[in-house]
Amino acid sequence: MNPTNFVLAGVGGQGTILASDVVAQTGLHIGLDAKKSEVHGMAQRGGAVISHVRWAENVASPLCEKGTADYLIAQEMLESLRWMDFLRPGGTVIISHQHWPPTSTVFATATYPSDEEILSAYRKLTDKVLLVDAVGIADRLNNRRVANSVLIGALSSVMDVSPEDWLSVLTSRVPVRHQDINREAFFAGRDGQWLLKS
Amino acid sequence: MERVLMSGNEAVARGAWESGVEVATAYPGTPSTEILQNIALYDDVYAEWSSNEKVALDTAIGAAYAGKRALAAMKHVGLNVASEALFYSSYTGVNAGLVIVNADDPGLHSSQNEQDNRQYARFARVPMLEPSDSQEAKSFVKLSLELSEQYDTPVLLRMTTRTSHSKTAVTLGERQSLEKRPYLKDMAKYVMLPALARNRHDVVEARTAQLRQLAEEIEINRIEMGERWLGIISGGIAYEYAREVFPEASYLKLGMAWPLPEKLIRDFAASVERLIVVEELDPFIEEWVRGLDIKVEGKSIFPLVDELTPDRVRNAALRSGLLVGNGPPTDRHQPDTDSLPLRPPVLCAGCGHRDVYWTLNKLKLTVNSDIGCYALGALPPLNATDTIGAMGASIGVAMGMRLADLEYKNVATIGDSTFFHSGLPALASAVYNRTPVTVIVLDNRTTGMTGHQGHPGSGQTLSGRRTELISAAEVSRAMGVRYVTEVDARDLKGMEKAIREATDAGEPAVVVVRSVCMFESQHNREPYAVIAEDCNGCTLCFRIGCPAITKSEELDEKTQRPKARIDPAMCVGCGLCFDVCARQAIEEGAEKVLVT
Repeated sequence: MNPTNFVLAGVGGQGTILASDVVAQTGLHIGLDAKKSEVHGMAQRGGAVISHVRWAENVASPLCEKGTADYLIAQEMLESLRWMDFLRPGGTVIISHQHWPPTSTVFATATYPSDEEILSAYRKLTDKVLLVDAVGIADRLNNRRVANSVLIGALSSVMDVSPEDWLSVLTSRVPVRHQDINREAFFAGRDGQWLLKS
Repeated sequence: MERVLMSGNEAVARGAWESGVEVATAYPGTPSTEILQNIALYDDVYAEWSSNEKVALDTAIGAAYAGKRALAAMKHVGLNVASEALFYSSYTGVNAGLVIVNADDPGLHSSQNEQDNRQYARFARVPMLEPSDSQEAKSFVKLSLELSEQYDTPVLLRMTTRTSHSKTAVTLGERQSLEKRPYLKDMAKYVMLPALARNRHDVVEARTAQLRQLAEEIEINRIEMGERWLGIISGGIAYEYAREVFPEASYLKLGMAWPLPEKLIRDFAASVERLIVVEELDPFIEEWVRGLDIKVEGKSIFPLVDELTPDRVRNAALRSGLLVGNGPPTDRHQPDTDSLPLRPPVLCAGCGHRDVYWTLNKLKLTVNSDIGCYALGALPPLNATDTIGAMGASIGVAMGMRLADLEYKNVATIGDSTFFHSGLPALASAVYNRTPVTVIVLDNRTTGMTGHQGHPGSGQTLSGRRTELISAAEVSRAMGVRYVTEVDARDLKGMEKAIREATDAGEPAVVVVRSVCMFESQHNREPYAVIAEDCNGCTLCFRIGCPAITKSEELDEKTQRPKARIDPAMCVGCGLCFDVCARQAIEEGAEKVLVT
């Protein structure tokens, strides 16, 4: 069995590590072996964050190789592009339509790429590009922190794993009082009404 | 038994708890920090943040002497600090088991170097185990403690960033309950006076010979025969990468990184056609194997610098011809990510360290800095640092630069946790020698970079209890520093005056700059905003490097430069931009209404 590889990307503080915990744990929950890897510490201080998750009957390396990620899930537009080389040609990319320009862009030396530049870069690799208004949905639910659950819902819509499996892991990772709103966010992501472009 | 995902650090903590460890100590340091944080969750283990790694290891050694199993955890450079304790404890041995968990940082994700601490095991004559995943991390802690008692030696457990911070499945067990081993006074064993220590050296060499024999037989060193054309010796996370890239090869998997098993290696070498070592950082195994006069390859194929990844192992194997073919489509669609705007770690919006480095830039001072969040003051656009070396080095280096040229205008910047870690002896030296050094203590009452741990100046212990808070200002005065001032980071004028006076004082001076860590507390104002009609895009506020300040779409008519914009979702209302704006084009946030 070939492993299923996920790369999750975001900015320190966005919850990338929690989201990757949910993905890894879901793999274990459905009876597979799962491993994940990321780096804590200095890298989290508002810096670029990448987390790897792998599912298989037996996983050796917790890190994915470049060009092998079946799913790339990015919580920020620029960060999706930074790790694009991990995506397998024909793989699925799920991007939260959020722009968070780093301080390096305030000086003329670096320019934040446009949506069109980012999307066209991906179109050369795959036709499975899901641009998700995760923050917009989260704001409508009055809790920006559930944007991650929207993305996991979107991921669930393109994978052959039941929503119950995802939700049992997802809701176990949030306080009881936030379970309903996370469930709502998950289904908003899953039913695809968020799709901005594809 | 329950199978759960655990990081290597969580698994080490679980292993310590299951093995009956009763005393656990550490100083925080990435990637090892979460070990003690997780041990502290178990009520039946005493866990503490010690003031530095040497104190942590001395304390754990004492607990082991007294008969309770003990653990000390630290990052690789922390073992440099604790190395004296490592070396004497190798001679004295232990009583109850002692495991020293050492977390290396190949790839320097959060460190000043990438030293390979397997060298310490050989250097100090101490056995070292090296797990490849979390399950092994847990079971190797137990094994380390058993070997420690059996062979009367501390045992090193080598984690790396990837084994510490990867999560893999672990089967949980129950806690072992152990009797306290009686402590018996034994000067010949525990008192390292020269005449006694000389005898212990014999004991250490004899023990090493026994451990070599153990390495031949221990289960965690195992041969996994596959195809004979390629035999790979590996251990730790590198073993997992090798498995990924060479699934068909034969393996000698070494769970014990030191001592190495001569006979096992000879047997394995004889059973394969080509022998290679896949190891991260130093050619530690490779050189030892070559010393046995066995033909072996390693660093001629794989890089010595930087951490390994499955990509790097595969690409190195392809380049050297060890692997033939394309491998996965790694290089086929390499996008130009080099031209993307960088997103390095930054000081948080509202962080008081920014005010300090802004002021130091204004005063054009040479800055000898130290290890902590405030090291980020070295990055653009602040660039406000001249030297960074190691924990506590700021003060000594600043003294040396001052002594080399007494007219030199320089300061040491050191965080509160680092000040208590290793700043105090340097300050004592300054007072003793009347060295005119200026020490700026960036005091936010927490160990920020590693994730907000307590320390002797924070007033809170690892278990969350309130405790005595040592004031950096008071301790400096008590040590004989006559010029001590305390200022608030948000008081730019007061801070500038205090630093000017300190650098002119002609004697040791301490300026304690108090601030609040944005993860722990908050400012009392709502977000600030740019008054668009008054902003002319001068870029002054960009130069403080605040992540909440970005370029807006709007250009100034005259200058054609983009005006500034403050992201209200990120601004925490500190007001530094308001203070630096020369055109009063920033509107102060309203005072926060406290909801109780």
